[in-house]
Amino acid sequence: MILLQLFLSFLKIGAFTFGGGYAMLPLIQAEVEARGWMGREELVNFVAVSESTPGPFAVNIATYVGAETGSLAGAACATLGVVLPSFVIIFIVAGCYDKFKSSRLVSGCMTGLRPAVVALIGAAVISVGKTVFLPYSGAGPLLGGAMIFLISLLLAFKKLHPIWVILISAALGLALGYVGIY
Amino acid sequence: MNGKIKNLARLFFTFMKIGTFTFGGGYAMIPLIQREAAQKHGWITEEELLDIFAVAESTPGPIAINCATFVGKKAGGFAGAFLATLGVVLPSFVIISLIAFILRRFWDIKAVRYAFNGIRAGVLALIIKALVSMYRQCPKSPLAYGLMGAAFVCAAFLDVSALLVIAACALTGLAFSLLSERGDRA
Repeated sequence: MILLQLFLSFLKIGAFTFGGGYAMLPLIQAEVEARGWMGREELVNFVAVSESTPGPFAVNIATYVGAETGSLAGAACATLGVVLPSFVIIFIVAGCYDKFKSSRLVSGCMTGLRPAVVALIGAAVISVGKTVFLPYSGAGPLLGGAMIFLISLLLAFKKLHPIWVILISAALGLALGYVGIY
Repeated sequence: MNGKIKNLARLFFTFMKIGTFTFGGGYAMIPLIQREAAQKHGWITEEELLDIFAVAESTPGPIAINCATFVGKKAGGFAGAFLATLGVVLPSFVIISLIAFILRRFWDIKAVRYAFNGIRAGVLALIIKALVSMYRQCPKSPLAYGLMGAAFVCAAFLDVSALLVIAACALTGLAFSLLSERGDRA
């Protein structure tokens, strides 16, 4: 039963992923929280794990949630679910992609989808921001979190590779943690 | 027959290589796919690849999967599409399964908790960077700003499902572009 649920949940996620991994965070969060598969904090932790390992985020998160809830069979069902919509749709489109490219229906939908992707990543920022700043009270942890965030932001916009941003923020987290601030 | 099987095996192993060596998601894979699928093996032309990147934008799913399925189909029909897709997914699947097994034992260590406290702040920064670059790529129009604002409020504060937000935005965009086309013709 849980295998079927994993398959269907990730089928839904795979069918509605546009604009890369971060835009689907709100959808993934809703699915995994509603079923009690994963907390929000763990999900954000996993974003970092996925950035530091090969492969698309959608596949990585499907495999991880599947493995956490239902062993190897769970991982296989969730991954199959997330891949299947792409596979079927591209297989069909590959035969007629000239028509698809110039289709007014497709370009019309894209006029609305592009702003939606920006909005969904914005929603992900709010939700991830809550896991960074909300669990703590008192000036010390808030300042510590803000400091790590601002340094990471600077590095990210300096086009440092995401893996370095993650490693540096991990080192800062360790240092502040052992000093007793964060 | 022999050549066909060799070609299928080559598809599988090439996409497995692409799946193994691309960190940080789909867009990082594009140069490698170009080199392997177009320049080295000639399964597809560079123009066709540019086309599929454009098509992948408007079809759901990770771009790496979309490219693998597309190149695989061109080079080897259904079996090709299947093996290329399997190849690109397999490395993630194996690595993440191992990591899930290992992480389970590490979450409770104090140092790991501290490190991830910092990492979440780093992830926030990475997502903001993605937000800025997606915003820059998005064509600007009153309709786009309206949809963006409404969708953001719905998804971030009103607990509206992301599925609904995506479907409603796509339909609104479609309705507006069909209507404005009709207006142009009249």
